[in-house]
Amino acid sequence: MIDMKDVYKRYPNGVTAASGIDVHIKQGEFVYVVGPSGAGKSTFIKMMYREEKPSSGTITIDGVNLATLKNAKVPLMRRKIGVVFQDFKLLQTLTVYENVAFALEVIEEHPKNIKKQVMETLDLVGLKHKARMLPTELSGGEQQRVSIARSIVNSPKVVIADEPTGNLDPDTSWEIMNIFDEINTRGTTVVMATHNKEIVNTIKHRVIAIEGGRIVRDEQRGDYGYES
Amino acid sequence: MCVTSKEVITAMKARTLGRHFRESFKSLGRNGWMTFASASAVTVTLILVGVFFVIMMNLNKVATTIEEDVEIRVHIDVAANEQDQEVLRQKIEGISEVKTVEYSTKEKELDSLIDSLGEEGEAFKLFEQDNPLNDVFIVKTKNPADTMKAAKQIEKMEYAAKVKYGQGQVEKLFNFINAGRNVGLVLIIGLLFTAMFLISNTIKITIMSRRKEIEIMRLVGATNSFIRWPFFLEGLWLGLLGSIIPIALVSTAYYYAFDYLAPKLEGHFIKLLEFSPFVYQISGLIILMGALIGVWGSLMSVRKFLKV
Repeated sequence: MIDMKDVYKRYPNGVTAASGIDVHIKQGEFVYVVGPSGAGKSTFIKMMYREEKPSSGTITIDGVNLATLKNAKVPLMRRKIGVVFQDFKLLQTLTVYENVAFALEVIEEHPKNIKKQVMETLDLVGLKHKARMLPTELSGGEQQRVSIARSIVNSPKVVIADEPTGNLDPDTSWEIMNIFDEINTRGTTVVMATHNKEIVNTIKHRVIAIEGGRIVRDEQRGDYGYES
Repeated sequence: MCVTSKEVITAMKARTLGRHFRESFKSLGRNGWMTFASASAVTVTLILVGVFFVIMMNLNKVATTIEEDVEIRVHIDVAANEQDQEVLRQKIEGISEVKTVEYSTKEKELDSLIDSLGEEGEAFKLFEQDNPLNDVFIVKTKNPADTMKAAKQIEKMEYAAKVKYGQGQVEKLFNFINAGRNVGLVLIIGLLFTAMFLISNTIKITIMSRRKEIEIMRLVGATNSFIRWPFFLEGLWLGLLGSIIPIALVSTAYYYAFDYLAPKLEGHFIKLLEFSPFVYQISGLIILMGALIGVWGSLMSVRKFLKV
């Protein structure tokens, strides 16, 4: 599903955020990406949805090489990938329903399908009853669930999450993790950068540890491995 | 999942276009004050450009009238018989810059001289018995600026006793008119550019507040053209909105100015451009400029958020 071969990323300011990354993630896998701050986790994640382009090497997602992908084709590639952030990135003037539907409207999905898909997805994240509320009326955990709903409403093959529990209290973090697990059981590949030791050590999945732009550890059912 | 680029490139669906229209209007309403500010910027600029244009066009009209009055008067040598005159006429007509050659007898010349002088002209009636004037060819060139060139050629011809076209003054006049046109053009272009930057900056502020919206659209896979459309339309509405007051103002002002000035200028052989169709032309131009600067300003400001 996701293939990185000898990937390097050097920023114009001289920082090398990825140096010789080789990784293969299969369809349906759940992968934690861990490591200290500034280790290159974000760059690793950003390259997967082509927010950053590698300086050299190849990144292939679902058969498409992102390193050589033309800018005009990027939107089509992004439709195969759902992205979730620490800060939710919801539009405050739109309701829960509208925020999720937005993701389908802008890719010109047929209105008939939009309602059905949005309601199904809101049901999955447990927010069907709050569809008409505004993000400001929701708790942090609920807002993150809206953001997850938006990322999966289009049934992407991969969901990429950058610190999705970073702004949430422990209880809420568990709720969010359960949703990601549910998404994963349905066959979606999940790649999640996280600092949450407890979660990584409890819900066991593959762990990729990055330090100084290199993969220093890659274990199936691994541990967090750092003091948090 | 099997979305191909071909599907995206296919003509925009009516539904999508409808969404873009709705979104653009919604956004105008949501950003009420910014809409007002942008439209005002367009308004102020277009009033300036409009007024300037009206003045420029009228000056140009006056200049053209004056230019068209410029003619070459070729005094025919008294020694020339009818045949010689005919040869001279054909030679003049042979010059490529010449448009028309009119013949005026010395009697006619004297009459028009007497007429033009009014009562004082009566004194010249004494000459009717012994007319001292020459027969004249009145020559007009296709392009008034070629007057000097044509005159120089005619001067060399046989039986062309004197060639008069207001030597000296005509050159000065043409230089002056040309300079005036160039200065006007530069000023108008300058004004338009200032307007575009003003508007693109104002719209940039509205777009800044919608950064997140654009970011999310890009993230979920909206194409750049899809993102751009509502902004394109919004710029268009702003431009059109901004051109309403300038059109009303310029038209009304011109109506009264024409009424007031036209009779006063009549005595000076200066004619202003008629209200119709000039005001309609100017209105069309203002709308067009409003739409252009609105769209351009809007697209310029959204551009930098679309870099992938």
